[in-house]
Amino acid sequence: MNLTLKIWRQKNSADKGALKEYKISNISEDMSFLEMLDVLNEELSEKGEDPVHFDHDCREGICGMCSLYIDGKPHGPQQTTTCQLHMRSFKDGDVITIEPWRAKSFPVLKDLVVDRSSFDRIIQAGGYVSVNTGGVPDANEIPISKSIADLAMDAAQCIGCGACVAACKNASAMLFTSAKISQLALLPQGQVERKIRAEKMVAQMDAEGFGACTNTGACEAECPKGISITNIARMNREYFSAIASSDNV
Amino acid sequence: MSWVSKTLSSTLGQKVLMALTGLFLILFLVVHLAGNLQLLFPDGGESFNKYAANMANNPLIRVVSIGNFAFILIHVIYSIILTKRNKQSRPVAYAVTKPSTNSAWASRNMGILGTIILIFLLVHLKGFYYEIKFGSVPMASYDGEEYKDVFAIVANAYSNILYVAFYVVSMGFLAFHLSHGFASAFQTLGLNHVKYSPLIRKVGLGFSILIPALFALIPLVMFFQNQ
Amino acid sequence: MILDSKIPQGPLAEKWTKHKFNIKLVNPANKRKYDVIVVGTGLAGASAAASLAELGYNVKAFCFQDSPRRAHSIAAQGGINAAKNYQNDGDSVYRLFYDTIKGGDYRAREANVYRLAEVSVNIIDQCVAQGVPFAREYGGLLANRSFGGAQVSRTFYAKGQTGQQLLLGAYSALSRQVANGKVKLYPRTEMMDVVMIDGKARGIVTRNLVTGKIESHSAHAVLLCTGGYGNVFFLSTNAMGSNVTAAWRAHRKGAFFSNPSFTQIHPTCIPVSGDHQSKLTLMSESLRNDGRVWVPATVEIAEKLRKGQINANDIKEEDRDYYLERKYPSFGNLVPRDVASRNAKYVCDEGRGVNETGEAVFLDFRDAIKRDGRNVIEAKYGNLFDMYMQITGDNPYEVPMMIYPAVHYTMGGLWVDYNLMTTIPGLYALGEANFSDHGANRLGASALMQGLADGYFVIPYTIGDYLAQNSAERISTDHPDFKKTEQEVTQRLQKLLSIKGEKTVDYFHKKLGKIMWEYCGMARTAEGLSKAKAMIKELKKEFWTNVNVLGGNDELNLSLEKANRVSDFIELGELMVDDALHRNESCGGHFREEYQTPEGEALRDDENFAYVAAWEYKGEGQEEALNKEELVFENVKLTQRSYK
Ligand SMILES: Cc1cc2nc3c(=O)[nH]c(=O)nc-3n(C[C@H](O)[C@H](O)[C@H](O)COP(=O)(O)OP(=O)(O)OC[C@H]3O[C@@H](n4cnc5c(N)ncnc54)[C@H](O)[C@@H]3O)c2cc1C
Ligand code: HEM
Ligand code: SF4
Ligand code: FES
Repeated sequence: MNLTLKIWRQKNSADKGALKEYKISNISEDMSFLEMLDVLNEELSEKGEDPVHFDHDCREGICGMCSLYIDGKPHGPQQTTTCQLHMRSFKDGDVITIEPWRAKSFPVLKDLVVDRSSFDRIIQAGGYVSVNTGGVPDANEIPISKSIADLAMDAAQCIGCGACVAACKNASAMLFTSAKISQLALLPQGQVERKIRAEKMVAQMDAEGFGACTNTGACEAECPKGISITNIARMNREYFSAIASSDNV
Repeated sequence: MSWVSKTLSSTLGQKVLMALTGLFLILFLVVHLAGNLQLLFPDGGESFNKYAANMANNPLIRVVSIGNFAFILIHVIYSIILTKRNKQSRPVAYAVTKPSTNSAWASRNMGILGTIILIFLLVHLKGFYYEIKFGSVPMASYDGEEYKDVFAIVANAYSNILYVAFYVVSMGFLAFHLSHGFASAFQTLGLNHVKYSPLIRKVGLGFSILIPALFALIPLVMFFQNQ
Repeated sequence: MILDSKIPQGPLAEKWTKHKFNIKLVNPANKRKYDVIVVGTGLAGASAAASLAELGYNVKAFCFQDSPRRAHSIAAQGGINAAKNYQNDGDSVYRLFYDTIKGGDYRAREANVYRLAEVSVNIIDQCVAQGVPFAREYGGLLANRSFGGAQVSRTFYAKGQTGQQLLLGAYSALSRQVANGKVKLYPRTEMMDVVMIDGKARGIVTRNLVTGKIESHSAHAVLLCTGGYGNVFFLSTNAMGSNVTAAWRAHRKGAFFSNPSFTQIHPTCIPVSGDHQSKLTLMSESLRNDGRVWVPATVEIAEKLRKGQINANDIKEEDRDYYLERKYPSFGNLVPRDVASRNAKYVCDEGRGVNETGEAVFLDFRDAIKRDGRNVIEAKYGNLFDMYMQITGDNPYEVPMMIYPAVHYTMGGLWVDYNLMTTIPGLYALGEANFSDHGANRLGASALMQGLADGYFVIPYTIGDYLAQNSAERISTDHPDFKKTEQEVTQRLQKLLSIKGEKTVDYFHKKLGKIMWEYCGMARTAEGLSKAKAMIKELKKEFWTNVNVLGGNDELNLSLEKANRVSDFIELGELMVDDALHRNESCGGHFREEYQTPEGEALRDDENFAYVAAWEYKGEGQEEALNKEELVFENVKLTQRSYK
């Protein structure tokens, strides 16, 4: 198939950037979206033009590195990661607009590459159980009901891609933050630091400049891992009960 | 910063204020509607006028009504703060978006809907609350007692087709605001549960249709009664 | 050079305990005086960085991705082994040790493997304490599954995302130390070289991938946890960025490289669909429990199939060749990875491949669905089927899946002693980057175990032994040796940028991959390997005269990053070929067609090749020198594998 691509080009974070149009032909429907961009980049390189920079690594839908806002939707028309999106979702003659994730807390570094280190800092604020290596109890000394373990696993599946932020009209990181808070709030291992974790992670999320939640549900609808907004409700509960009862004045 | 101001400056703290005030306003809507439906009693406004007088004199109601103004104010102020923050969180807009594929229109336009409701509220307050409190109100007497004839003011206002239209349309916007706001408030408060949330959403939807519809019915009926 | 593996004396089961007691310690107050560089934040790197920081060392952690959480360990699906014996089915540390040694076709060190099995139990405890949501039984205790090459259920798993959950656990421990100020993170930073001062590793030179800035980092020890080099084949199940650069630069500075040709080829991957293909996707091995592998019985039928004249479902039962069931009646479709892979290659070489490219076989669930019902199959493999459908557009409930082997794991890597130190003092290698404990073939679910064992439970002890014997004095990055290395790095990048040839970097990478896959892949011959050697030499020359790298050094520049990595892959490729050529035997993943039993099985030569080949870099354009570490087997008897 033949396509017209409108791709955001921006030399570096200081540059203003603009959409640029490219034509590409002979794209097979078995290609993944990123392979289609590989083809474009080979062509650009052969012509001596700077290839389009985009983030990617595993190409299996698990590392969370790929991004891309494709035709008005994060990770494109399907509820999957960009690397798992295949060209059979498009048809000959389509015009596809490709933009970077847009959020104050995800500044563009170059073209379609953004800086998501704000997510790392949210986790650093408390997304862990403070146990040192060694000296922990036997794994089976902490029985956990299967349903709780499964719920925790559902939340833990977040790949940190940022599609939730990209999809949200407020560029809110609630889904991401709540997934980690939920996972640890559900499990017995997370109880000890439950309150301080909720307070600190929410504070960091705010400090990074993400928007608030209007409960539109766009994040859940676009999340490639199907993280549910029930996690946001759980985070809110955790936060309020922490605020109300912690001795952190 | 003390924990209180810290909480009130956090997005979650601000949202919880939105939700609590919103829920209170929802409750208020019910009470208000119950009172207003008396406008439709075929007694020339007697029960409504008595009710209005009762409301004006009952000290508890006065406290509640002050609270009500405060809640509206808080709701509005925080809606401005949050909406501003949310706008700032995405300084560069997308060239192409397809929001309707992932979320409901009302949920994305609470600010606009709220603003329209606010305009309505101001007009509404000016037209009734202000007039009744500070304007010259005709009097009606029942069983020898004098009452402000609030009914007459209302009936007069509702004889104006433009006014009625404004009312009905505004209720439409309120319906949209509530169609998202009702369930959203529960989610904000952390009340999301597989068993109850579907119910909350259904009740919310029903509420958001029924209440504004009844509100809108009053001016319509009175308009046509006047003809 | 005599390779001293520093294996402790004494009975196998006591070696590690004794060793921990005998090695030197750095006292708690002194630990903060030592700096450690950890390159890589996968299971090995993140666990090491976190654990060392917890002990009090100052750690700098590097990765080329935008976040440490994205290291390729994240992609591991199946699970992690541990000798917990929670199932009461006869597992033990010794059995895990034995299975691993045997699975590795007797080309691994007994002492290391035993230690690995020993600490495996602590890994599970540690991960559970961190909040890793492993699968559980209804009673609340941990669930296990069984995996290839073992007769017990000892694999712990978290849905099909075990690697992800383990890595996120290690990442959380790492994040905690970042918050504590004990670890400084350097994401989007690529290690370009090791800095040697007085014969010891004292730091690294890096390139900031966003700004292009070349920087030096000084430390008392350097840990390379940089993963595997499967991408030398261009197509593999590795992530796009996986590379050999860090290990290769260290190799050029004096670290020996061991058994480079030992690569694992995984039998159940989604086949290549065309020239555009950028990577291969693994389908969990568990599919072979219910799927039946077959190809058409004749070339004619296969041809019709490839031309699209008939469909798989049109082929009658008697025209199907269930070749694994036919050749290996007792193991059937569940033969080990290498056997399954090789046989797929054979039938495709015969012209019986089933997709357009002729390189695919069927994995058919028709009979399983008939037997158990679609619901049962869906419950077991639903997410895998969905993934397959997403990638290929075919529905495996209705038409058989197509699979083909793909490069998956590299057993070879930097030679390390029992302390995980390379032949460069102060330079360590952990995880897939070292030549490791898997010998010539790795068992499923053992790489995750090894990465975490190295990082959580080995290096925190063994690094102290080295540091305690070295002064805590810091060396400034103004030291001439840092400046010299920086200069070398800059020159190299300038060189790449200045060639301005006609071919893109990918052109060379793909070409190298084809050579490696053809001649140094699933089956190798002396003739083919010699040919490959010449071809790679030629390719290297062409690369350095005709590659076109766009852009400049002082910006985010993907083609420059790739060019640098590919140039190292080319050199590694040559060494892999040398290694495969010199090893005149077949063992595990290394199959030399000249050396097979009459039944077509790998034929080991224990007399002459029971050693670890450790290659020594001798300078640009020179042949590398072979050093041997003889493997001594005191506890297991070497036997021939048989899966008939
Ligand atoms: C698809 C797939 C499935 C697998 N499934 C299983 C399984 O079920 N069970 C199992 O046990 N094993 C499995 N494995 C194998 C296992 O996942 C890996 O061997 C293991 O995770 C490697 O961990 P690591 O820490 O050594 O390296 P990695 O996780 O690969 O980490 C490498 C790190 O090094 C960094 N790095 C590399 N080069 C540089 C450089 N030059 N400069 C700076 N940083 C650098 C990277 O950024 C990264 O952080 C699987 C592998 C694959 C590919
Ligand atoms: C009768 C009047 C009103 C009622 C019953 C009402 C009710 C609600 C409710 C229940 C919510 C949901 C809160 C949540 O998501 O947690 C809400 C949200 C909101 N309201 Fe109102 N509201 C009213 C008037 C107004 C007015 C006058 C404005 C002002 C401008 C306004 C602006 C908003 C905004 C912007 C939100 C969304 C906030 C966010 O989540 O970002 N509302 N309202
Ligand atoms: S919650 Fe979903 S969309 Fe958001 S970062 Fe995690 S996986 Fe991506
Ligand atoms: S590249 Fe890893 S999730 Fe897409």
